[in-house]
Amino acid sequence: MSDTLEKVQAIVVEHLGVENDKVTEPASFIEDLGADSLDTVELVMAFEEEFGIEIPDDAAESIQTVGDAVNFINSNKSS
Amino acid sequence: MRRVVVTGIGAVTPLGGDISSSWKNLIEGKSGATLISKFDIEDFQAKVACEVPIDQENHKINDRFNPNDWFSDKDLRKIDNFIIFGVAAAEMAILDSGINNCSLNKNNIGVGVGSGVGGLPSIEKASLTLKEKGPKRVSPFFIPGALINLVAGHISIRNELKGPNLASVTACSSGTHSIIEGAETIKRNKADVMIVGGAESAICPVGIAGFAACKALSTNFNDSPEKASRPYDNLRDGFVMGEGAGFIVLEELNHALERGAKIYSEFKGYGVSGDAHHITSPAEDGDGAYRSIIMAIKDSNLAVDEFSYINAHGTSTPKGDEIELRAVEKAFSPNIESITMSSTKSSIGHLLGAAGAVEAIFSILAIKNNVIPATINLDDLSIDTKINLVPHNSINKNVEVVLSNSFGFGGTNASVVFSSYKENNGS
Repeated sequence: MSDTLEKVQAIVVEHLGVENDKVTEPASFIEDLGADSLDTVELVMAFEEEFGIEIPDDAAESIQTVGDAVNFINSNKSS
Repeated sequence: MRRVVVTGIGAVTPLGGDISSSWKNLIEGKSGATLISKFDIEDFQAKVACEVPIDQENHKINDRFNPNDWFSDKDLRKIDNFIIFGVAAAEMAILDSGINNCSLNKNNIGVGVGSGVGGLPSIEKASLTLKEKGPKRVSPFFIPGALINLVAGHISIRNELKGPNLASVTACSSGTHSIIEGAETIKRNKADVMIVGGAESAICPVGIAGFAACKALSTNFNDSPEKASRPYDNLRDGFVMGEGAGFIVLEELNHALERGAKIYSEFKGYGVSGDAHHITSPAEDGDGAYRSIIMAIKDSNLAVDEFSYINAHGTSTPKGDEIELRAVEKAFSPNIESITMSSTKSSIGHLLGAAGAVEAIFSILAIKNNVIPATINLDDLSIDTKINLVPHNSINKNVEVVLSNSFGFGGTNASVVFSSYKENNGS
């Protein structure tokens, strides 16, 4: 499970250019990590690519924080 | 009548990461041409290009360009290369002009960019992603990162410039048209300052393959790349694609004087015309080029014998070089023997949409420094003319007035005139 968080952190660091220790579960992509609306679309695409899952638009909209992403991925990824 | 002067310059070229190293290398007769390093050229007929020298390890070193001096890694991922070059050149011009040190009304400061093919490498990459992974994997940054006007967009965002925001897309004339539009915008009182120029970075597989397919590129000098760009020479066989950007700060004269700006030169006038002839070849009679030149001379209110130097379009194509030369002879006759004309594309290659802007900067520096850059590689002049084409070595000479030409695919022609700034120039 923490493997998911690590992979999510790596993607966020690469795309948003933030320090790894800022990418905590409660951190909001937009409010805390400096993402804009296009950044969040790209992050969702990167998560889909990394974990081999589909994240439909309505689900993507409810992924506001790092923790939301980790939870969604863990519930949906093929193990 | 509002007069327009140049108060700042900036460039990134195959001869250097900024304008001072580019100009120094130009005057020393260096060539920016090498074998293409950006991709595997094995299957390509045209293997030579003029690439901007990059150094991502060191910062603010003049003769190489470091994208990280201008953008964070995170932002570099979202924009095509031509935008990086364009923004860097514009930032250098803005810094040079000092406009950010004054409290000016930024509603009156605008931006314009010229580019021929813009984000071609991004389009190529996105197309491959689409084919290999499907539409849902195309990046949300693809479109905004490839659009030509986003060069002006980024410059305006970074500097809070809220004046007119424009783009000129006329192939190899784009950079010159961008300067013309900027000057006109100031003259018509729609802005007091316009940051204008051109940017291009199309040295990618589909770009090289495409230009080679329409027989535009040199293919005979793959063994000696630095000799490939040779305008007017007997062995010329097409142009060498270059990349980079050039931007200048155009400013209304009184606005510049009031803030104590340094003035490089005055924008005196321009000419424009269409060939109405062919999609890639210029009209054999050079009529479009001739009319563009004549219009520029007339617009500048100067006599033909006042022109010190002509920076030619001179791309190193078998037909194009001579057509332009004959048009110049016709426009300047009978003073042909006193004309000095060179093609700086011999050193930096053809920067396509950025060419007109970088060449305007070379014209402005010729005036400032009283030096005329050479046409390098001109070993065997194959055109019978009395014009001094400045073979091999640059010349030290008093330069007061310069004409610069650009002619693009589709027969779009543009000519601009710069002169040294004189207070009582009255015209």
